[in-house]
Amino acid sequence: MFFDPAEGAAVEALVDRLIPPDPETPGGKDAGCAVFIDRQLAGPYGRRAGLYLSPPFIKGTKQQGPQDEDGPAVRYRKALAALDQYCRQEKGGAFVSLSDADKDAVIGGLESGAVKLDSVDGQAFFELLLGNTREGFFADPIYGGNRDMCAWRMIGYPGARYDYRDWVHRHNEPYPHPPVSFMGRADWNARKT
Amino acid sequence: MAQKLPKKDVAIIGLGWTGSILAHELTDEGLDVIAIERGPWRDAPTDFPTTYVQDELRYRIRHELFLRPEQMTFTFRNRMDQQALPIRTWGAFMPMTGVGGGGVHWNAETFRFLPSDFVLKTHLTQRYGAKFLPEDMTIQDYGVTYDDLEPHYDRFEYLCGTSGTAGNLKGQIVEGGNPFEGPRSRPYPTPAQEQPFSYTLFAKAARELGYKPFPQPSGNLSQAYENPLGVRLGPCTYCGFCEWFGCGNYSKASPQTTILPALVRKSNFAYRTECEVTRINLDGSGKRATGVTFVDTSGEEWEQPADLVILAAFSVFNVQLLLLSGVGKPYDPVANQGVIGRNFTHQTISQAIGFFDKDKFNFNPFIASGSIGMCIDEFNGDNFDHGPLGFVGGGYMGQVQTNGRPIQTNRVPPGTPAWGAKWKSGVRDNYLSTVIPGTGVHGSFYSYRDVYLDLDQLYKDRFGRPLMRMTIDFHDNEIKQNAYLTDKFAEIIKAMGAKEVVKEPRKAPYDVTQYQTTHLCGGAIMGTDPSTSAINRYLQSWDVPNLFIMGASAFPQNAGYNPTGTVAALAYWSAEAIKTQYLKNPGPLVHA
Repeated sequence: MFFDPAEGAAVEALVDRLIPPDPETPGGKDAGCAVFIDRQLAGPYGRRAGLYLSPPFIKGTKQQGPQDEDGPAVRYRKALAALDQYCRQEKGGAFVSLSDADKDAVIGGLESGAVKLDSVDGQAFFELLLGNTREGFFADPIYGGNRDMCAWRMIGYPGARYDYRDWVHRHNEPYPHPPVSFMGRADWNARKT
Repeated sequence: MAQKLPKKDVAIIGLGWTGSILAHELTDEGLDVIAIERGPWRDAPTDFPTTYVQDELRYRIRHELFLRPEQMTFTFRNRMDQQALPIRTWGAFMPMTGVGGGGVHWNAETFRFLPSDFVLKTHLTQRYGAKFLPEDMTIQDYGVTYDDLEPHYDRFEYLCGTSGTAGNLKGQIVEGGNPFEGPRSRPYPTPAQEQPFSYTLFAKAARELGYKPFPQPSGNLSQAYENPLGVRLGPCTYCGFCEWFGCGNYSKASPQTTILPALVRKSNFAYRTECEVTRINLDGSGKRATGVTFVDTSGEEWEQPADLVILAAFSVFNVQLLLLSGVGKPYDPVANQGVIGRNFTHQTISQAIGFFDKDKFNFNPFIASGSIGMCIDEFNGDNFDHGPLGFVGGGYMGQVQTNGRPIQTNRVPPGTPAWGAKWKSGVRDNYLSTVIPGTGVHGSFYSYRDVYLDLDQLYKDRFGRPLMRMTIDFHDNEIKQNAYLTDKFAEIIKAMGAKEVVKEPRKAPYDVTQYQTTHLCGGAIMGTDPSTSAINRYLQSWDVPNLFIMGASAFPQNAGYNPTGTVAALAYWSAEAIKTQYLKNPGPLVHA
């Protein structure tokens, strides 16, 4: 909805290294984190609807909070272009084409500040991307991530339930019921044959 | 040109807790009352139904219920020599909008302040000597006492159905409650909430260390309750979506679940929502309010004349409206003169996180309520000897974890990378077995000469008026207090059986992006001297006697408790003074 195909592929590759797949739980890509981010950037979050956007934009202290002229959508567009340029120049190809080890080295470099992007604060982009990836992984599946409630199953979170009165006093006992989302659960809707 | 509406007896600005309380009390006297609220009407079945309110992304992360900063925000700086910059998105605190105000999104911790909190300056000076206090500390006595307020605390608790265990009944210390609290005239209306695993474990560890743990007083009810107005609340279901969320279950005390159903039936009560009061109007003398001016959603300006004006918005919005209306003398920290904006305070919050062996501990952190928890009060206020410690103030501490919502509740042990396979397995292996108390150490924030509110010179609101500027930082006293309390707290978490404890003490400088609480206090403080307070002991403006100013803006400094119980008790106290004294003889209730 927001990303073009190349941007989408890069974000899928990024989120799949931030949250890599393992035998029990899908990684960021198959969990839908890139889909989540795409939808968020296309909506009010991406354009900072409702936030105070009056100028001047003066760089202040960390304690004074974000004073960016650009909202998340614009920041992703600029950072992904700069990242693509960096990878082609330094690594010989687009981010998606790199080996897992090279991908991790680039992400680690963004995190530490060692990887410098052209006209973009790579460290700030890393923090934005990591935050959004976690949001997508753990938010209700209606937002496009956490597919089949895979992240909730992984940690043992029962989801959008509203009544735990039967378990308050069951100390140190595992909660017995599987997670449920706003749309219910796949087996609720399974066609019985 | 504003269109003039027919005159009312009373105009109330804001329809949250204090606006609802004052409207109810004054309509009972037969007065014609209108409440004017900036935000929308909100109600449980339509605005936060149990079918979709458990949405961490929408409400917690994207701030769905809160005021939009584009509608109103503040500028912020730590020190007077810095350029203040606008708070573009909320962080350290979350201003509410809409009917119910903060009473919709609060966790419903319903504490009373200690008797000594109301006479703080006198008490500390007597015990430690005036020189013990930092030179630039500007704490004051409230001008009311705990005994004055006790009946009003009681009224609020019985309005809400507060669940708790009394610790002091008419002077008798009761086992299982808070032995440090002031005397209560009767028990809590409902028993304390049931406590899940980690909370009972905290209480056990605290008891073994010699403390007296007690259940946190809770506005999330342990059982069904019908209040004196005939409004009914249901039992809390421990869903873990309390703070930042509305309760769809009628289990959390809020104006919607305790007062508004009775209030809206009264023919002498009217309200306007999505109408923002832009000014309190004064007559030519500047000594009398003639009413208020507000703007509706189409930008149309209206004048609402009234004999009595009640300012009942959120604390800092009260101060903002006073500054923009020219009521009272603005505070000047350099000259140390003026009152509006003086003694601005917040809270000093920290925690210690406990990582436990996942094969032995399963806390099911998602089973929680906003004010569940077990606390101790040994380190609050002046319950302990500060003489050898070199600071004043304190706070309650406890395992008061409000939720296990996974976007924010996914802590990993120190040394774990922030991403990748190790982060993923770290989250998986620690989610159910980690104690994350949140506001585990809930410390006081005392007042200082250079922590204050005034109007910004650079940034404007949507009407072209100056934003209000916050100048706020932590002083050494609060940092020392917090370091001491966080150490004590971490000892208890360790004694619970944690294999690893991570202390997160509060550090300076104050950071406007780090959520602490929404307990912003002061700026229009109560007191006994008009040169250092904006309102008298009945919350009546010294300058404009037909204006009463509710809310935590009245606190001369903030105590180590959540403020709502005291805010509501002061509202009932003020309402009683209006009913029994002011209406018979409108004019100043205290002659300074």
